[in-house]
Amino acid sequence: MTQIWWAVIGTSVIAFLLKYIGHSVPEKYLTNPRALRINTLIPIALLSALVAVQSFTEKSALVIDQRIVGLGVAVIALALKAPFPVVVLGSALASAATFNFIN
Amino acid sequence: MNRTTASASFSVSFTVGLYGIAFGAAGIAAGFSLVQTCLLSLLTFSGASQFAVVGVLGSGGTAISGIATASLLGIRNSLYGLRLSPILKLRGWKKVVGAQVTIDESTGVALGQSDLGEESMRHGFWLTGLGVYLFWNLFTLAGALGAQAMGNPAAWGLDAAVPAAFLGLVWPRLLGNFERVLAASAMFLALALTPFVAAGIPIIATALLAVAFGWKARK
Repeated sequence: MTQIWWAVIGTSVIAFLLKYIGHSVPEKYLTNPRALRINTLIPIALLSALVAVQSFTEKSALVIDQRIVGLGVAVIALALKAPFPVVVLGSALASAATFNFIN
Repeated sequence: MNRTTASASFSVSFTVGLYGIAFGAAGIAAGFSLVQTCLLSLLTFSGASQFAVVGVLGSGGTAISGIATASLLGIRNSLYGLRLSPILKLRGWKKVVGAQVTIDESTGVALGQSDLGEESMRHGFWLTGLGVYLFWNLFTLAGALGAQAMGNPAAWGLDAAVPAAFLGLVWPRLLGNFERVLAASAMFLALALTPFVAAGIPIIATALLAVAFGWKARK
């Protein structure tokens, strides 16, 4: 089995168990304030890291390429409160235009 | 069933479902097959976790680091179930289906109906949960098919669409300077680690930053 298949199956099984546990555990066990605070911060850290890694790396090297233009457009679109599809599409168009201009 | 709840559920389901196009395309661009991409939407069914696993594997990470990153992002669904279980009181197969559709949007709509009573909260949960499930999966298939027809992802901007999607997911969470400093630190740490450790590790390592930032209560 490839890494991708393991990832698909493993992610799906754990995702379901996490959802199911929530419906099964008495509320008193999961109300530790520190755990709740950390839980709201984890998505911020992981998603920000994913933005950086997906924008500025190629294998294990740091690179700057057409994606930085796409990222810039996404930042502007989000700052202007554009809806999600506009953010993603605008970013893709800007990056594609830059890629095709350079190459 | 009241119209307010039904229309909130439908508009959320459709709009969120549309993001499925971006996920379907991201899956293909990351090297997942059509079946693997669609299975993630059918089985994992949690947007941020799905984007994370294709993001980590797509940049060369192992299955373990992909699963770990996706699972850390899925913990919040446990908390949603915890919040909703006294209202939904699910048993048997309904609990299995209900758990699968316990996500940001179904929880958000359900809690948003609290003024209208528990009956409306239950309707909002089920309509939104099943509605997002339907549209998310249809649009994942559409996005994956579209991306398959494209060829080189960079020529179509798909390589930038994926980080833009992550940015769109994190943006609404950056409520104050504390959150923004955490986000900037996580970006810096992930990039600083990239040349030295295996792919995927730089992302999962930033969870430690979240632990450090959240350890002490803020004044």
